Amino acid sequence: MAAAESYPDDLKYHREHDWARVDGDEAVLGVTWFAGDALGELVHFEPPEAGATVTKDAAYGEVESVKAVSDVIAPLSGEVLEVNQKVVDAPETVNEDPYGEGWLIRIRLSKPAEVDALLDVAAYTQFLADS
Amino acid sequence: MAQMLQRTPLHDRHVALGARMVPFAGWEMPVQYEGVIQEHRAVRGDAGAFDVSHMGEIEVEGPRALELLQGLLSNDLDRLEAGEAQYTLLTNEPGGIIDDLIAYRLDRCRFLLVVNASNRDADFRWIKEREISGSDVRDVSDEYGLIAVQGPNAIAKLGLQPAKQFTFAEERIDGVEAMVNRTGYTGEDGCEILCMAEDAVELWDAVLARGVTPCGLGARDTLRLEASLPLHGNDIGPTTDAIEAGLGWTCALDAKEFTGADVLREIKAAGPARKLVSFVMDEKAVPRQGMPIVKGGVVTSGTHSPMLDIGIGMGYVAARRAVPDAPLTIDVRGKLRKAHVVKRPIYKREN
Repeated sequence: MAAAESYPDDLKYHREHDWARVDGDEAVLGVTWFAGDALGELVHFEPPEAGATVTKDAAYGEVESVKAVSDVIAPLSGEVLEVNQKVVDAPETVNEDPYGEGWLIRIRLSKPAEVDALLDVAAYTQFLADS
Repeated sequence: MAQMLQRTPLHDRHVALGARMVPFAGWEMPVQYEGVIQEHRAVRGDAGAFDVSHMGEIEVEGPRALELLQGLLSNDLDRLEAGEAQYTLLTNEPGGIIDDLIAYRLDRCRFLLVVNASNRDADFRWIKEREISGSDVRDVSDEYGLIAVQGPNAIAKLGLQPAKQFTFAEERIDGVEAMVNRTGYTGEDGCEILCMAEDAVELWDAVLARGVTPCGLGARDTLRLEASLPLHGNDIGPTTDAIEAGLGWTCALDAKEFTGADVLREIKAAGPARKLVSFVMDEKAVPRQGMPIVKGGVVTSGTHSPMLDIGIGMGYVAARRAVPDAPLTIDVRGKLRKAHVVKRPIYKREN
């Protein structure tokens, strides 16, 4: 079952509908409920490899539904420490639990100051309302 | 200039059901209600209803209606009794496919052609321009609504008796008079119900009240692709011919003459250079229309199969590679992914 619409207030958001949960010099990244709803049930996640470099505002992977494919944009720069194998095996996890079990990758931040440029939940939901 | 989208008689019903509406072939159509995969599974396991009122209907009537259509359509209409239908092609001079359609023989001198929405105008013009005295060609699309009800429980849920595929009859469904055609585009049992446009809402409500799941164009596409049914505009078109598309069985090349028949006979005799194949991915990846097939070829349709839980597709490859189990490599946005050719259909439910 797809989750109900929600945007947790402990996350940072990017306008390309990605979120980051920052913890020290690491962050867990995923896509927001809005992205999952817009695409429909996900059937494929094309992840980066562990050790790869991701760059803020650039694509680091792809998510696909039956109808469409979409780049996943990195909200922050860093090195990939871990890919969520559960989502590789069962991509619909992203629709079911976008901020929990449906996370995509964990990275070590290379430019922690980039966090300051991300949106907080109020700014992101305002952005959704305006777009 | 904004393009005005046409709406079917069921438009307000779709919106009320919370459907996601998208532009398709000049129409505003539901792509999904709850979700493509759920709707797909409803059709494979139970019964689903599709609004296909956007499809075109062309009526051809008169003492020479048969003669006109025999010269334009690939299949042999002489083989149809009143109450029977056949899948057939409207062909051009080089043997290409202007459209694929179903021809219904209403009576000896009257035929109804149900054509793709995107080709309605082109089909009508083509046939109208070739009209002969004693034949009358009319575009009657706006007079009808069309609802496809598909799935193993479709016929029982509608309270209908089983009947042979590609037959049709006048029936009443919960008081609505309709022409029930035992045809479909999903690989499942079921029917396509033609009714007067003003009765479409009542019919739709009756069908849903019988426990049939509303389904959008998204599931229609994944279902037809699992069933290896070609989509005009993707897999077949004016520059592809019936022989390479594997539709030679719709061409009565020995029985009659029709537009492009000579070219098709030559292609059949020589063997087509390329063939349309169905394939299944060996690796995780979703093939999409336009992706190159390595060493020559192109994907014409692709999706993720909800039943097989893997990428599937159709595409053209050199004839010598168009055999079951032949390995293919698909270029998925620069990443090479393995697949193999399968016999049609890609998926068939075990009874």
